[in-house]
Amino acid sequence: MENTDIEQRIKKIVAEQLGVNEADVKNESSFVNDLGADSLDTVELVMALEEEFECEIPDEQAEKINTVQEAIDYVNQHTSH
Amino acid sequence: MLGTQVALVTGASRGIGQAIASELGKHGAIVIGTSTTLNGAETINQYLKEAQIKGMGLVMDVNSIEQINNAIETIRKTFGEISILVNNAGITRDNLLARMKDEEWDEIIDTNLKSVFWLSRAVLRSMMKARSGRIVNISSVVGVTGNPGQTNYAAAKAGMIGFSKSLAREVGSRNITINCIAPGFIDTDMTRSLTAEQQQNLIQHIPLGRLGRPADIASAVVFLASPAASYITGTTLHVNGGMYMD
Repeated sequence: MENTDIEQRIKKIVAEQLGVNEADVKNESSFVNDLGADSLDTVELVMALEEEFECEIPDEQAEKINTVQEAIDYVNQHTSH
Repeated sequence: MLGTQVALVTGASRGIGQAIASELGKHGAIVIGTSTTLNGAETINQYLKEAQIKGMGLVMDVNSIEQINNAIETIRKTFGEISILVNNAGITRDNLLARMKDEEWDEIIDTNLKSVFWLSRAVLRSMMKARSGRIVNISSVVGVTGNPGQTNYAAAKAGMIGFSKSLAREVGSRNITINCIAPGFIDTDMTRSLTAEQQQNLIQHIPLGRLGRPADIASAVVFLASPAASYITGTTLHVNGGMYMD
C-alpha cells in the first residue's frame, strides 16, 4: 500500500472525526491548535485510527500523536496497513 | 419507549436489580441481567422469559475485569452494543469504623465503586461512537446523609455520585448522560436483615410512611434511560419517600 494512500485515509478520518473540511487538514496540522480538537476528540481520533488500521496504540504512544504527520508516521512504522 | 436498545443491569437476580431489569424490558429494551452465581443467572433467564422480554441472564462478578470484558463481548456479539448501563450490583459489610476490618472496607469499595469505573469504561467507547448512551448508577441515601455502621458503604455510594458528575462533564458533548438514583430504604433482602424495631424506627422518619418498593426505583431508572430525560445529566434523583430532601 502506498504512503499517499495512508495519508489520504488518515486525513479523511481526521476530517470526519473533528468535523472539519478535508482540504483544511494539512500534514503539519495540529489536532488541538489548528483543527480545534479537545482532549476527548483526540482520544476518539486515536480510537478511530486503531479501528481503521486494526492496531492498538498504547497510551504513551498516543500522547505523542499531535499532528497529522505524526499520525501518518505512527501508522507507517507500526502497522502492516 | 426504549426501542430495541440493549440494556445491561448488574446484580439483577433479585431485589431492586430484578425490578429494574423487568421494567426496562417492559418498555421495550433488550435486557441482560448479571448475577455472581449460575443460579442467579438462571433466575434472570426465567423471569425475562415469563415476561417475554428479549435478553438473558449472565454470570458475571463485578470484581473481575476478565468476567466483565467477557460478558460485554458476549452481549455485543449476541445483541449488539450496550446503550443503557445500570450499575446496580452492591453489597453491605456493616461495622462500626473502630472495628472495621480491611477486608470489609475493600470489598465494599471494590464491589460497589470500582465496578462502576470498570463497567462504565467498558461501555463508553461504543457510546461515544454512537453519540448516545445512558448510564444510571444506583447510589443510596446513605451516601448523602451518612449512617452509623456504614462508613464503607456510604463512602462507596457518595463516590458514585462524584464519579457520575465528573463523567457527565467528560462525555456530555457526546450526548451520553450519567445520573445517579439514591434509593432510601427499600423493602429488599438487604433491608429485611434489619430488626422489626429498626424498621419501625426508620418508617417514623419517612414522610410517606412506608419503605420503598423495588418498583419505585425501577420506574425512576426507566425515566432516566428514556428520551424524556435527555436533558438531565450529572444529577442524583432521590427516591426515598421524603426521608431526605435535597
